[in-house]
Amino acid sequence: MDKTLNNKAWFLVLPVLVVVAFSAVIPLMTVVNYSVNDTFGNNDFFWAGLEWFEEAVTSDRIHAALGRQILFSAIILAIEVPLGIYIALNMPKQGFWSSLCLVLMALPLLIPFNVVGTIWQIFGRVDIGLLGHTLAALGLDYNYVRDPFAAWATIIVMDVWHWTSLVALLCYAGLQSIPNAFYQAARIDQASRWKVFRYIELPKMQGVLLIAVLLRFMDSFMIYTEPFVVTGGGPGNSTTFLSIDLVKQAVGQFDLGPAAAFSIMYFLVILLVSWVFYTVMTNLDKAEGQ
Amino acid sequence: MALELKGVARVIKGQDHIRPTDLRLEKGTMNVLLGPTLSGKTSLMRLMAGLDVPTAGRIFWNGQDVTGMRVQDRKVAMVYQQFINYPALTVYENIASPLRLAGLSAAEIDRAVRGTAEMLKLTPMLTRKPLELSGGQQQRCALARALVKGAGLVLLDEPLANLDYKLREELRAEIPRIFEESGAIFVYATTEPEEALLLGGNTATLWEGRVTQFGPTPTVYRQPVDATTARVFSDPPMNFMPCVKQGHRLTFGQGVNAPADGAFAALPDGQYLAGFRANHLHLNTHSGQTIELKCRLGVTEITGAETFLHLYHGTDKWVALVEGIHDLPPGAEVSLWLNPAHVYLFDASGRLAAPASYASAA
Amino acid sequence: MAQITLKNLAHSYVANPSGDKDYALKELNHVWQDGGAYALLGASGCGKTTLLNIISGLLRPSHGQVLFGDRDVTQAETAERNIAQVFQFPVVYDTMTVRDNLAFPLRNRGMEASYIKARVDQIAAMIGVEAMLDRKARGLTADAKQKISLGRGMVREDVNAILFDEPLTVIDPLMKWELRTQLKQLHREFRHTMIYVTHDQTEALTFADKVVVMHEGRVVQMGTPEELFETPAHTFVGYFIGSPGMNLLNAEVRGTKAIVNGAEVALGADYGMVSGRTQIGIRPDYAVLNAGSGLPFSVTRVEDVGRHRIVRGQAAGQPMNVILPEGTPVSAEMTHVTLTPDRINVYADDWRVQGGTA
Repeated sequence: MDKTLNNKAWFLVLPVLVVVAFSAVIPLMTVVNYSVNDTFGNNDFFWAGLEWFEEAVTSDRIHAALGRQILFSAIILAIEVPLGIYIALNMPKQGFWSSLCLVLMALPLLIPFNVVGTIWQIFGRVDIGLLGHTLAALGLDYNYVRDPFAAWATIIVMDVWHWTSLVALLCYAGLQSIPNAFYQAARIDQASRWKVFRYIELPKMQGVLLIAVLLRFMDSFMIYTEPFVVTGGGPGNSTTFLSIDLVKQAVGQFDLGPAAAFSIMYFLVILLVSWVFYTVMTNLDKAEGQ
Repeated sequence: MALELKGVARVIKGQDHIRPTDLRLEKGTMNVLLGPTLSGKTSLMRLMAGLDVPTAGRIFWNGQDVTGMRVQDRKVAMVYQQFINYPALTVYENIASPLRLAGLSAAEIDRAVRGTAEMLKLTPMLTRKPLELSGGQQQRCALARALVKGAGLVLLDEPLANLDYKLREELRAEIPRIFEESGAIFVYATTEPEEALLLGGNTATLWEGRVTQFGPTPTVYRQPVDATTARVFSDPPMNFMPCVKQGHRLTFGQGVNAPADGAFAALPDGQYLAGFRANHLHLNTHSGQTIELKCRLGVTEITGAETFLHLYHGTDKWVALVEGIHDLPPGAEVSLWLNPAHVYLFDASGRLAAPASYASAA
Repeated sequence: MAQITLKNLAHSYVANPSGDKDYALKELNHVWQDGGAYALLGASGCGKTTLLNIISGLLRPSHGQVLFGDRDVTQAETAERNIAQVFQFPVVYDTMTVRDNLAFPLRNRGMEASYIKARVDQIAAMIGVEAMLDRKARGLTADAKQKISLGRGMVREDVNAILFDEPLTVIDPLMKWELRTQLKQLHREFRHTMIYVTHDQTEALTFADKVVVMHEGRVVQMGTPEELFETPAHTFVGYFIGSPGMNLLNAEVRGTKAIVNGAEVALGADYGMVSGRTQIGIRPDYAVLNAGSGLPFSVTRVEDVGRHRIVRGQAAGQPMNVILPEGTPVSAEMTHVTLTPDRINVYADDWRVQGGTA
């Protein structure tokens, strides 16, 4: 019955397939190749099997980086999601102030990652930075170059500053789709502010919130540029997250094999966590519909 | 020119959205798709338009197989329940837009736009933007855009549902005239039996993805082929009660007898379902209302010159539409009278066994 | 429960209204009796939703007062007014069960659990949702959701009034019958004051004891369905109620006679001299086609509406509709139309003129 359908349409997909192959599939295969071989340059490869993988799995250094990474993602999610929701709930719904808010909120999202890093790197400096200098003047012992706690605090505040807008804007879009009648009905039902949030706003935001959490998890789990610019992974290794560690290994030490194995596992972990997260959330959604 | 569906069906994930359907719509006819929400009206329209491809069957346009042909390559126009216009363009430009796409000359476009605007009484609003117009005018604009390109098939999906009652009445009276002038095949989906009757033409009744009957609108209304069609095509809903035929006698409900004459005489003895419409129940007997039915009254609704009585007859819930104002107390026992000529008999499977004799006479 | 009084009420959405046209709701005085079933009928933009929102407290009027009983609630919050409202589109809390939805307004008011359970069961039985009490509200059909919205409105016994804002818009015709009768039964049982806003004359007339017809921000008539049908106070009411609406013929009125394009029509009352733009109004139901008496009539189109036919045509050169009973054929001999004298209303500048005894 599909005879009259236009099968030529498939040819239109071909250029995309070629581009994807060159931009994603082939580089990925190269990494796979590196991960199971040993090389000393000159394109001489020696079969290494799963050696690099074993090394990566048992490496204390990677374990430490993974721990820091999980802690970092957990902290920024715990701050950005509730804060984003809170901001979205309190944004004006229409008129001039709403437009102004939207523009202000969008600003941090438009700044390139390395610029964000540079801004905070300068902002936090004790000698010339406004933040660092003020804190120091107030008598606080703040120095992100020496103190691991200050370094973490700076990076977290920077990430919150950079990305909370995304969560807020997505939630705001979800809130805008709620018809006014729902709020009116809730007033008539004498629902408390919390109940309005719990039974009207949260269910309507659920979809976009899922996307927001997923995006923020993936992004934060792969974070590289901003902490690299601000702290370079230090002091010591205290802000060396997975991707910074990976680059140190691959570029700094030229351990291409272990780095390749490491990045494949890294990629699979993100894929797996995202998939589990997405499936659980959507199934939760379906189960509620029963 | 004709649109023909042969065994067209659409099954999605094992669910029948449209069951195998044969339908032939002739040039210059108004065809109403009547059925409740989710009965398949929109699905069927999308198949006719070519927006969806049937999972079985073939669609022919003027005898040529167009199954799977893209909607852009067919001469089809569609109007939706929502008033869809280009908000940034004037009414004139809105109407002109399909012609501009077709690359017509400015003079041709101007002639067509002005002609169509005149037909839809939009001439005074040509320079305005759609959002400055009333709902009725916005929908006229959408209608004009659909008609201006001279499409052979115009599909209207509940176009008046979002309009006020009175506006709906006005536009509804105009649509048959507009359609006569255009000469295209019109397909009009609605949930309201009254709308189908007012539009005239042909009606296809739909129920759970199945076309239960297709024919001239008054015929489908007065001679439904089964109880489902009768139910879909009655507002207020059709009333039903059990009926037994034995020899020359029909026994209705709780033991009310009537002679089985006319078409009823030839029926085999057995159990039937008797159906009749609300306006055929009377509070008194004028002429020929020989069946007396004792009912308990629920609520009454007065509409000005007429009264709706909500009745309980045994376990059956009925509605009667009677002339005059009758403010009767709820719970009262009342007698209603029915002429056997207004009774349809359906067999156990719901098929029409014998039509109401008044309908075959008309 | 309480009587609701509107005193010199008016509303404008403009900050400094300069004239009548700036008022979405022109000044009105009105009393809604305790326990009455009222309908507010009018076209979109006639001010009926504005009025409803003022009563429910979602909007503060720019002039006048709203009294519940003797209490001035003009500035009171919605929650304080103790009213219930059912909206055009069903409002249900998707993530709650149907039971929790119905219990919600009671729980928020801190009622006892045993009372809530009994009351919810009672309401559920009345609106026919017992079978679905323990499932989530998400995914229910539009009419089931609207039933729940309705149930949530009914669940509090002490509400001052229940307001309906076009509640049957999204409901299929066959389901409308069921919901409408349910509403009517609920009113009979509980005697809540109910105010029902709609543009649909059938819904308004069938639901209400008293219908308030609004036109361009003004109440043009309030009356029983019968009064609105038989003696519309304004030509708009004549046009808006009835399907098709009342026929209006330009005429000269002299005492007990009207002259329509030279032809004489007998009237049911003595109107003396009527000045201004005069018209006579006759319902299509009360015009009879015949072979030779009355006004000359020419048929343009006949519509079969099932239970009757609508004959559209021209009477003495003016458009006119006539209703024929089902089964009556339209013959070529039908060249004239007679109008039942005591069903004719006379209008001067759109307002009805009261006739004296003939």
